[in-house]
Amino acid sequence: MTQQVSPAEQNYIVEMRGIVKRFPGVLANDHVDFKLAHGEIHGLLGENGAGKSTLMNVLAGMYRQESGTVFVNGVPRVFSSPRDAIKAGIGMIHQHFMLVPSQTVTENILLGLDEPRFIMNLPEYDSKVAGLGEKYGLKVDPRAKIWQLSVGEQQRVEILKMLYRGVNVLIMDEPTAVLAPQEIEGLFVTLRAMIAQGKSVIFISHKLQEVSAIADRVSVLRKGVATASGVPSKGVSRQELARLMVGRDVIFSLDKKPCQPGEIVLDVRDIYAENDKGLPALRGLSLNVRAGEIVGVAGVAGNGQSELSQVISGMRECKQGQVLLGGDTVSNHTTLYGIQHGMAYVPEDRTHVGSAPNLSITDNVIMKKYRKPPILKNGLLDMKAATKLANELKLAYDIIVPNVTTPVRLLSGGNLQRVILAREISGLPSFMVAVQPTRGLDVGAIEGVHRLLLTQREAGAAVLLVSEELEELLSLSDRVYVIYEGKIMGEIKVEGGESDEGLVDTIGQMMTGTPLDQIQKEGVPA
Amino acid sequence: MAESKSITQRKPLRIRVEPRLSEPPAWYPAAISFGALIIALILGGVLISLAGGDPILSYKHIAKASFGDIGVLSDTIVKATPIILAALACSVAFRMKLWNIGAEGQFIMGAFGASVIVLAPVLPAETSRWIFIPVMMMAGMAAGALWGFIPGYLKAKFNVNEIISTLMLNYVAVAWMNFWIFGVWTEGGFQMSPKFPQTAWLPRLLEYAKSIPAFRGLTTHLGLVIGIVAAVILWFIIFRSRWGYEIRLIGDNPQAAKYAGINITQNVIWVMMLSGALAGLGGMSEVTGVVHRLQTAPIAAGYGFTGIIVAWLAKLNPIVIIFVSILFGALILAGREIQPSGVPKMIQGIILVCLIASDFLLRYRIVISRGEE
Repeated sequence: MTQQVSPAEQNYIVEMRGIVKRFPGVLANDHVDFKLAHGEIHGLLGENGAGKSTLMNVLAGMYRQESGTVFVNGVPRVFSSPRDAIKAGIGMIHQHFMLVPSQTVTENILLGLDEPRFIMNLPEYDSKVAGLGEKYGLKVDPRAKIWQLSVGEQQRVEILKMLYRGVNVLIMDEPTAVLAPQEIEGLFVTLRAMIAQGKSVIFISHKLQEVSAIADRVSVLRKGVATASGVPSKGVSRQELARLMVGRDVIFSLDKKPCQPGEIVLDVRDIYAENDKGLPALRGLSLNVRAGEIVGVAGVAGNGQSELSQVISGMRECKQGQVLLGGDTVSNHTTLYGIQHGMAYVPEDRTHVGSAPNLSITDNVIMKKYRKPPILKNGLLDMKAATKLANELKLAYDIIVPNVTTPVRLLSGGNLQRVILAREISGLPSFMVAVQPTRGLDVGAIEGVHRLLLTQREAGAAVLLVSEELEELLSLSDRVYVIYEGKIMGEIKVEGGESDEGLVDTIGQMMTGTPLDQIQKEGVPA
Repeated sequence: MAESKSITQRKPLRIRVEPRLSEPPAWYPAAISFGALIIALILGGVLISLAGGDPILSYKHIAKASFGDIGVLSDTIVKATPIILAALACSVAFRMKLWNIGAEGQFIMGAFGASVIVLAPVLPAETSRWIFIPVMMMAGMAAGALWGFIPGYLKAKFNVNEIISTLMLNYVAVAWMNFWIFGVWTEGGFQMSPKFPQTAWLPRLLEYAKSIPAFRGLTTHLGLVIGIVAAVILWFIIFRSRWGYEIRLIGDNPQAAKYAGINITQNVIWVMMLSGALAGLGGMSEVTGVVHRLQTAPIAAGYGFTGIIVAWLAKLNPIVIIFVSILFGALILAGREIQPSGVPKMIQGIILVCLIASDFLLRYRIVISRGEE
């Protein structure tokens, strides 16, 4: 085999040429070229299903391409497993961490290595790991068990694992999806430290602002085709990137009609609840939502948002206090009671709570309607009526599937969320609680979900929107509550427009535990 | 050059297994099952020739012994009848991911419940058969439902593992039946009850031999009709009724069911009772249609356990259960024809393993390609 290394190629640590990867019925990568330079952070942008992860899985040895060649330092390489790729200095960190919860950080890092061979002299390795962590600014206790760590710390362990194996190219698949805002900043610091030490990073994301913040150069994939290859991120605007991703202009500001709040629909009064581990999750939380407004709940993940939505929907016990819906107490009633009182609930967990994966779209959309006509006829389910409903919803909510008998487990994230929203909204709810309705969706799908929420507001429904995306909350909500450790830190009116910049600062402080009245007393820092 | 080399040098065939991303067409599962059956028969043939037999001859004999003429076909159906009802019982519980291993005990209790009507006696022997049959059906179903209620209630209220409780209740049921036939209803000291009066027998085809001579000697009884009707009703319950929808939803995702406002604890109890009632009906059909007396060996013959396998092979579909049960009836019958135990049991086992293994092909596909590109 002759090695043809042209001088120009030597600048690239990785070069992928004409990569084709096919899955049944899908051309995931269609002759994609990709070049990674030494010492850069390279953003790989694209909507869900654009083929970003596939391309990187080829590079990391998880998949084998049908055609095309991967060059590492100018030499063509074939990886038959991730182990091969790591040997060649390429490591990938997946969205779902692959760590053993009951073992320590050091044990996890050593897992699968040939050393130590027999006697586990852990303290020696502990100090090695600690030293490595210091070098790259990855602070984590080597003796801590994985289950004791936060998600951000677990991610650091995954990075350490790769660094310990001497990886020069680190691929990170949607690393920020699981992180809180502060942790994202920490991750960016780490990545910059790694670049300073001569490593290269590929940063897969579908979030434009993150990529423009961290990446030196950007490549964009759309439907398996590279629409941009290694353009400097400074020279390209977010609008341009968005167009490259979705193939059309994305409107960032939604045309929102002025808010006309009516009666109080949801009244949460001083509630207390516990989380799954029996620890207090909500401690005296109160809020209200009026008809015709969207009220946001901002906060770092794990401060009681999930428990709040579960208490409201009746899926979690309320220890103290009460939840009123249109004057009726719905807390500590059955879930059915809430449904019958016009409550819609878009749960955080689409696959485990919001849908029955092996049942068809039809079966999934009648979940809250099968107790009443027209679906229930003479005590039996009228499958004709159900199919008709499903087809109507499929059209109205733009659910892209060949037919409604498809089991929902085969749907993409965006399509599944549309099925859930279609079901919830078509029940004409007077109140809707939506938790992270756009998490993991691509730009086009997010826009669709936002429009649906605004339509609800205009139709006079009360909407409680729980989200970790501040931008989303500020563009949709009329008011925002900030939640911290199960308590409301304060309530902020969103006027829209220029004043939003200052709001982000205030909300940021509240999200880390400073109550609003304290911030106002001290005066907003300029 | 790497490219030109790859053309001249033939690369080895590579076989890969990939998960299916889309649903296979509707005919595919049936075709796969049929293919698995053929492969199983070939493997069984190898086994027979290793044992010194002629596989072709043996299969001919098996086919003749189970489907060869109307007489043996009738015997096959008689064997299949209790399996249908036991499998229906298992399928409804499994549909909700309730692992009812206790169809055997519920089957026995059903036979006991029906026998009480005759032996207690609740109804005098000269009662009309058309009063006897419905009363015994209800008694059998009630006794089976009770045997399903106990583990159902324990599961719903105290989260007692139903696999353990239903399995253990099987032994209790056998002991319970033994107590009555050894002690109370013993026939002259033998371990069986006295024979039921003819009015408490399910009608059999041979009774109509006078008008239709072809029915002479055929023991197929009303239980077959009961089984088929039960299967059709169960299909309607599962796929067309509100309750069935709740069962399917809970079975697929209990969290989603809770989210949709469905009361899961109540459904656990009801479904276990329905499952028990169906198995009990099977016991009633067997005791009044075939055995005609309460007796341990022919009643506690493992129909409840066979039902578990049949329910799975039929993918929990009530209508498919009828056909799979007939296949099993044939296997049981024909097996006895060639050897009381041993090779026929092994062939049954091979068929089972092949059918279950073929399921893999519904979820994965095998891709054969040459080379790496």
